[in-house]
Amino acid sequence: MRATGGTRAGVAALMLAAAVGVAAGAAPAARAAENGHVEIPRQKWSFSGLLGKFDQAQLQRGFKVYVEACARCHGIKRIAFRNLVQPGGPGFSEAQIKSLAETYKVDAAPNEQGKVVKRAAILSDLFPPPFKNDNEARSAQASGALPPDLSLIARARSVESDAPFYRVPLNMLRDIFTGYQEGGADYVYAFLEGFKPPPDKVTVPKNMNYNEAFPKPHFTGMPNPFVAGDGLIKYDDGTPGTVDNYVRDVVAFLSWAADPKLEERKRIGLLVLGYLLITAILLYFAKRRIWSKVH
Amino acid sequence: MAAHESTFQPTSRTGKWLDERLPLPRLVHGQFVDFPTPRNINYLWSTGGLLAFCLGVQIATGIVLAMHYVPTAADAFNSVEAIRRDVNYGWLLRNIHAVGASFFFLAAYIHIARGLYYGSYKAPREILWILGVVIFLLMMATAFMGYSLPWGQMSFWAVTVITNLFSSIDAVVPGLGTRIVEWLWGGYSVSSATLTRFYALHYLLPFAIAGVVGLHIWALHHVGQNNPTGLDIKSTSDAVPFTPYATIKDVFALSVFVLIFTWFVFFLPDYLGHADNYIEANPLSTPPHIVPEWYFLPYYAILRAIPDKLLGVIAMFSSILLLLFVPWLDTSRVRSAKYRPLYRLFFWLFIGSVLALGYLGSKPPEGAYVWWARVFTAYYFLHLLVVLPIVGVLETPKTPPGSITEAVLGKAGKAHVSTGGKS
Repeated sequence: MRATGGTRAGVAALMLAAAVGVAAGAAPAARAAENGHVEIPRQKWSFSGLLGKFDQAQLQRGFKVYVEACARCHGIKRIAFRNLVQPGGPGFSEAQIKSLAETYKVDAAPNEQGKVVKRAAILSDLFPPPFKNDNEARSAQASGALPPDLSLIARARSVESDAPFYRVPLNMLRDIFTGYQEGGADYVYAFLEGFKPPPDKVTVPKNMNYNEAFPKPHFTGMPNPFVAGDGLIKYDDGTPGTVDNYVRDVVAFLSWAADPKLEERKRIGLLVLGYLLITAILLYFAKRRIWSKVH
Repeated sequence: MAAHESTFQPTSRTGKWLDERLPLPRLVHGQFVDFPTPRNINYLWSTGGLLAFCLGVQIATGIVLAMHYVPTAADAFNSVEAIRRDVNYGWLLRNIHAVGASFFFLAAYIHIARGLYYGSYKAPREILWILGVVIFLLMMATAFMGYSLPWGQMSFWAVTVITNLFSSIDAVVPGLGTRIVEWLWGGYSVSSATLTRFYALHYLLPFAIAGVVGLHIWALHHVGQNNPTGLDIKSTSDAVPFTPYATIKDVFALSVFVLIFTWFVFFLPDYLGHADNYIEANPLSTPPHIVPEWYFLPYYAILRAIPDKLLGVIAMFSSILLLLFVPWLDTSRVRSAKYRPLYRLFFWLFIGSVLALGYLGSKPPEGAYVWWARVFTAYYFLHLLVVLPIVGVLETPKTPPGSITEAVLGKAGKAHVSTGGKS
């Protein structure tokens, strides 16, 4: 057994590596070749990696940016007011959010005459959408494009890669070992920073905007929300009101909105990993001891 | 079941009483304690246990998810989001179930590759192998229908593309393909009716899988396990009792498997999926590239490699159905590739082709990608239809050792162990 142990382990390792290889090859790189794309650089996020956590102050600022710069066209229909109070989120106080909710009007249950009247929102209500329906949302835009709901946007986007095939397994292993899950955040960041003057030969169609992160031909119906530049939004916590801060903060907020259980997930994940690691080590020695009788 | 003497001795009075009426403990003892296991099996033989574990996990998490999931086009996506956000530990159940499907296939592919390498399909294990292929087909159907349930963009368009494949039958019997597709859909397009029936079948099929797994294990325990030498158990020194030897080995393998599984569940839950599936299904907007989950990519590449739709569909299905005939396509008298240097080379070419097809399946079907997909598709079929029969005849295999014990300890060790010595 000893003599062939090496080859056997080798075969096993190869098969596993091969299988993991196929496993991971799937998702990325689907859209890249057809549309072409700009290299989307990876950003540093407080919530990335094994020990990642949201920065509460950043989520609070991001929420302010969302409300002031995005909410006029984009809803966050899967977020309830209560979510802003819950642990693992922006951590506003209940009183703060109660009074915030009161500024929003939602449909009440039909009254005795069957009329639907408006009432002030309460903690358990979802954020009311900015438009009654998609058609109203489209007609309110110069481009006629539908502004998507942002509850899941940081999960519904990814960074595509055009890496040559021999780089793909290495890239996959790197992403697996580092636990890279922030492709969506990186894309949304690049998109919000991507409103640049078009190159000389490019004519941007009427009511469209040039954005270098948007898939080719880089025309999006969305105008740059931060066109007014630094100082557009006043932060309450003394953080400089720069466009880069607005973008980082709102992307952090949207990442939380798309994955509000991230902190709980990583906390429990660490415990489970530790428990399994110890179990696996103990089982390994138990196995060696039992098998020593036959070897 | 396997022909070995039962050493089961019920000790308590209830134990004896039960043994005379329903000898279930005797069965379990005979099959999972006493069962003679080749002493030389490696960790690739733990994949069977891993697969049983995966099936159990998918059924257990699936049943709880079913309590919260709403199978209608209007609410499916919302209910999955509610599970992620509002159900207690719903995010955990949903991650385990989604990542679990991937790991189920990962273990299955290693299990199948092991069978191909060590000739585990050869007599007397043909039925065992065929049952395995049946389980694999059921798994694919279950996974495909399960992937439709979140009703995201990829779910919706994957269902549209795959169900539409049946319309290729129109080329043979005009109208029949369309009828089959409408019958699958429950209407004239992929709709709520399609989702509901897929949900019902997605809940049903795992129990069918469990049934065939029962037969698979029965057949396995009747003929005994194969092992890296491909030799049969000839003497008591060739085997060790299943418990504690195989049990502890399998449990250790399981702990490592679950460790990797955990990494994905807690830290990379979306890595194996597609971002587009976080966009609610929209029949009016086709994603730029429709790709299936990773475990279907090689077959997707085969489908798209062939320019004719009907022939592509036939190639795709026959690439899996051909596996049923592998026990008879392989003409070699020696089981294990360990003693078949020429076959071993072709085996790795075959594995390489499947991996390459997986990569190509994720790429758009254009230019060089299509040509390479054709090359590897050609090899896939050549391997099964030509290489397996011919190499078995042409090749002069190396002489396997006289017995499993000899393979483990060398000739000198044989006497040493059979006298019961401890080494």
